[in-house]
Amino acid sequence: MLQGLAFYLLATVAVVSALLVVTARNPVHSVLWLILTFFSAAGLFVLLSAEFLAMLLVVVYVGAVAVLFLFVVMMLDVDFVKLREGYARYLPLAGIVAGVLLAEMIMVSISVVQGGAAKDALAPVPAGPDVTNIETIGRVLYTDYVYFFQAAGVVLLIAMIGAIVLTLRHRPGVHRQDLAAQANRERAKAVEIKSVATGQGVTPEELL
Amino acid sequence: MDAATSFWATPVGWTLATLGGILLVVVGILISLAFLLLADRKIWAAVQLRKGPNVVGPFGLLQSFADFFKFVLKEIVIPAGSDKVVFILAPLISFVLAFIAWAVIPFAPGWVVSDLNVGILYILAISSLGVYGIIMGGWASNSKYPFLGSLRSAAQMVSYEVSMGLIIINVILLAGTMNLTEIVTQQQGWIWNWNAFGGGLETLPTIIVMLPMTIVFFISALAETNRPPFDLPEAESELVAGYQVEYSSTPYLLFMIGEYANIVFMCAMITLLFCGGWNPGFPTDFLNSVPAFVANLFYLAVFAVKVVFWFFMIALVKAFVPRYRYDQLMRLGWKIFLPASLVAVVFVAAWRVFAVGG
Repeated sequence: MLQGLAFYLLATVAVVSALLVVTARNPVHSVLWLILTFFSAAGLFVLLSAEFLAMLLVVVYVGAVAVLFLFVVMMLDVDFVKLREGYARYLPLAGIVAGVLLAEMIMVSISVVQGGAAKDALAPVPAGPDVTNIETIGRVLYTDYVYFFQAAGVVLLIAMIGAIVLTLRHRPGVHRQDLAAQANRERAKAVEIKSVATGQGVTPEELL
Repeated sequence: MDAATSFWATPVGWTLATLGGILLVVVGILISLAFLLLADRKIWAAVQLRKGPNVVGPFGLLQSFADFFKFVLKEIVIPAGSDKVVFILAPLISFVLAFIAWAVIPFAPGWVVSDLNVGILYILAISSLGVYGIIMGGWASNSKYPFLGSLRSAAQMVSYEVSMGLIIINVILLAGTMNLTEIVTQQQGWIWNWNAFGGGLETLPTIIVMLPMTIVFFISALAETNRPPFDLPEAESELVAGYQVEYSSTPYLLFMIGEYANIVFMCAMITLLFCGGWNPGFPTDFLNSVPAFVANLFYLAVFAVKVVFWFFMIALVKAFVPRYRYDQLMRLGWKIFLPASLVAVVFVAAWRVFAVGG
């Protein structure tokens, strides 16, 4: 009973906040609603007793990806009126895309419920009660599919290097701290003692 | 099973017991915070040869309560150009997040609100959410100084979270579990079983990375909680008070309590992960004959002493070390701590697999 109540609560919050993501006038509010959507999705994972996935969803999507979104959106100089201009024009197209996705999801879930989708393929074997789902995921990811996992890692690494190569440029004339130079600076190079007679003073030329 | 125990097993009884536990933890932390805040100011004052707060109550012991009433009784000022809902929401988020992280902290054997299997991940998830209170507060104020302060603060917290996560992976590798109670239980016995010293004689050589990692974790905790010397978000000389410039009265108080709850939480984390949690560092066989409740009180005292010790260290750092420059802070996080903790993970993992075997 309690689980059902929690499910409907989380599901309602997820759907409503997902709707508000697209309808919110202010883009920053959109991102905040998106965060709430992620959060309720994590709650749904907990209800499925997939607590590891739930925590990962919060750490990765809410903690890292959404922070980046929020950074970018806050920095943008957005003209709210202009942003809303194409809303009515793009609505039918967006509706079709969303409709196709919805139909696909319904078909997938129906076939999973009927047990047809995963029958032929390597169906996931439910782990025993003493095996945590971290262990189960670890076994699947690092033992059964280790090469695919490594390949995915290499792809991500290449993407990261590519992004750095595309954006990295050394601008001339920017002052940077060179710690090695600072640490290797010696007293003899930096300071010169001049003996000045009392009451005489020095002229700038003498100092050079 | 008598009537009393069976009642606590029913859903209603369980809910009541859990709510009572939560209330106990929250009230306990809030009261400790009042005195830790005073201790922070007293230590700071002592280093500078001042007396610190000494007017309200004996030795100024009631200073924090006086501050509390002053904050609560003041008017809440909300800037006209601000986003009002987000403006009020931000301190609430900071405050709530600072407290829900305590749900998985084991204070003594069995004294924990929720003994999660993924306790450490839960803590990482909650601490990665903490950034939102700050960003939202800075943005909703609709003013330049809070905005800049919040951006700085968010960048700083996100940067140091990475190295903290990697250091925590070291502990997970040593312990082989993400359950905080189990991690602490594994560190019982003599002091060399603490994770800071390699977590047991079998993995003792990992001390050469675990001891430095404990210190790196401590420094990262300073940066993560925006404590001096990394208090750039509220660098008074440049940004007035960072993201909290526009806040007054109770919302400011919520930010403040949240900040201190986070600091104490980090002290608890260092204690649990590296310094044996409630274990005093020697075998506690003499407690076998006393009732479990009394033994737990002893363990709780040990835990509290360790937490207060780390809080004392954090307070000392505030008094001793001058503030970092922003680029130095980023350099330290990304170019020194991140590679160092990555090397440590490789070392500990290799030791686990090749020397200990599995």
